Amino acid sequence: MRAVASFFAAALSLCGLAAVPALAQEQSPLLHQQWSWEGPFGTYNLADAQRGFQVYKDVCSTCHSMNNLHYRDLAGIGLSEDQIKAIAASVTVPQGLDDQGNPKDGPGMPASMFRAPFPNAAAAKAALKVAPPDLSNIINAREGGPDYVYSILNGFISPPPGFKLAEGSNYNEYFPGHQIAMPQPLHGGDVTFAEGAPNSIPDEAHDVVTFLAWAADPDMVQRKQIGWRVVLFLVVMAGLTYAVKRKVWSDVEH
Amino acid sequence: MAGQLHDSDFKNPVVQWIDTRLPIFSMMQKEYMVFPTPKNFNYFWNFGAMAVVTLVIMIVTGILLAMNYQPNTELAFDSVQHIMRDVNYGWMLRYIHQNGASMFFIVTYIHIFRGLYYGSYKTPRELLWMIGVVILLLMMATAFMGYVLPWGQMSYWGATVITNLFSAFPIVGHGIVTWLWGGFSVANPTLNRFFALHYLLPFVLVAVVGLHVAALHVTGSNNPLGIDVKSPQDTVPFHPYYTAKDSIGLCVFLLVWAIFVFFYPHALSDPNNAIPANPLQTPDDIVPEWYFLPFYAILRSIPNKLAGVCLMFGSILVLFVLPWLDTSPVRSARFRPIYRKVIWLLVLAVFGLGICGAHKPEGIWVPLSRICALYYYLHFLVILPLLGKLERPLPLPESISKAVLRPGGGPLPQAARAQPMEKA
Repeated sequence: MRAVASFFAAALSLCGLAAVPALAQEQSPLLHQQWSWEGPFGTYNLADAQRGFQVYKDVCSTCHSMNNLHYRDLAGIGLSEDQIKAIAASVTVPQGLDDQGNPKDGPGMPASMFRAPFPNAAAAKAALKVAPPDLSNIINAREGGPDYVYSILNGFISPPPGFKLAEGSNYNEYFPGHQIAMPQPLHGGDVTFAEGAPNSIPDEAHDVVTFLAWAADPDMVQRKQIGWRVVLFLVVMAGLTYAVKRKVWSDVEH
Repeated sequence: MAGQLHDSDFKNPVVQWIDTRLPIFSMMQKEYMVFPTPKNFNYFWNFGAMAVVTLVIMIVTGILLAMNYQPNTELAFDSVQHIMRDVNYGWMLRYIHQNGASMFFIVTYIHIFRGLYYGSYKTPRELLWMIGVVILLLMMATAFMGYVLPWGQMSYWGATVITNLFSAFPIVGHGIVTWLWGGFSVANPTLNRFFALHYLLPFVLVAVVGLHVAALHVTGSNNPLGIDVKSPQDTVPFHPYYTAKDSIGLCVFLLVWAIFVFFYPHALSDPNNAIPANPLQTPDDIVPEWYFLPFYAILRSIPNKLAGVCLMFGSILVLFVLPWLDTSPVRSARFRPIYRKVIWLLVLAVFGLGICGAHKPEGIWVPLSRICALYYYLHFLVILPLLGKLERPLPLPESISKAVLRPGGGPLPQAARAQPMEKA
């Protein structure tokens, strides 16, 4: 058995890289939330997603980019054109070159991509030691999806006695191996929501996960709507073809 | 010497004008309308038509995706995101294509199982079967290269592991790998050529599928009884009988596909492939798509790399000689009391390998995958050759129509014969 494992490790190391060592610590089962978009009829709760965007803008975006989104996409969580213009205008984004050929910055427009906190991954790594992952797709990019991200955000606790924490890492109950480079991002009360919506850690985490789920799959609602029409059509079509087949074959002993 | 114009009996003057010069309408009429087809097919015979439709859908969605995709390591991942987010209905094209690969393999594997169960590979259909195995190999190559294109973590590491398999061959191995990569690692030249080949191979597939169908139309279809067609009474014209029956299967199949595309588009994909490729970070476990898992399990179950690679490729190559390994003259498992049991053990072994392939090769999964791999080879290399000699087949029915007619049933009613074609 050892031989097989080492063969596979050898196959990997042929690429010049050894496999990352297996993770030793036991993992806690992820926290599960009843997400509004689950199931074939589920849709995003837009109020949650809008508050979640506020959490992203005020907290996460200090370190994490969302490079696949435009400000105009925020219409998808129900923001109005004026709101989107105001949000975009409040940031400075690269705008190509000026007349002298020098890089130019300017206020964002709805068509601008989300402003990234660092110009590139190397700059992020230089500043933070570990480049934070882009969040455009994070819900699709982790086993457990929304539950995983929700658990990580709620999972910062003090390490159990005797746990050796490497320098620059933080203890997280749900992170594989428990040592995460990200310091605790949400402490509760990080963001003040309109209409006094609750802003404890679980509330903020729930909202920002809703926003990230929308960001990872912005066409989900349209997809499911079209899906129901397609399914209905095919069910009717299957019934019709079955009737036709019965009729066609009615004169053959088979 | 003046050629002879084709004698066409189509009424429409335009159709007739074309048909006398290029008798494609006559050909379609002969091969897809009146084509005599055994009348006792069950729904297993739907899967060939489903596979053809899938191939067409994959080519159409693939061409549309290629219009917006960038085969460059710097741009590929984001160009797929661009397709999903900014291209009109790009998400639909991508989900149809992505899940379509899985659907294609489900349909093809069931089609192959049909061939195994009813002995469709036996004389005179050996070549038809072998062309089918070529189709399977081409499909696998196409699917593998297609999976590399989104340039996620599994794309990159899957490509690295699979291309590295060739390094197991002595002397030429490393040369082959460098040649495949177009460099010294999986990088931009690799992505570029995989894109070119992923675009090319489906059209090669179309041509080979054409040969598969052409060969089928020489020998005619096998049937659940596995006996030859004896008289016109055993057959019905392809249209409308099997066009109608195939349509049912097709609707149900498209329904399953649609449920994946519209409601569970990520159910069959690995979350790691939503992370951009990173040559500096190996994923915890590198696993291929589900349809390669049984073969991957064979590979990982063998401690010697070269032997593992050979046994993995051998598991498909053995299908080429299957018509000569199976010594029984009886085609259908229905009349082979032992074969109809052991074939399910083969199915069990293949599913077992699939489950083993999804787990890291440690603990119980290693002996389990070895037992399953051993049984796989045992089935083809030992059981099938011996069974033909040892097994006593049940008596075969006299003819297809005798078998399906109720006792005392009379001759077929007039209407069951070829119905007059509506001429264009």
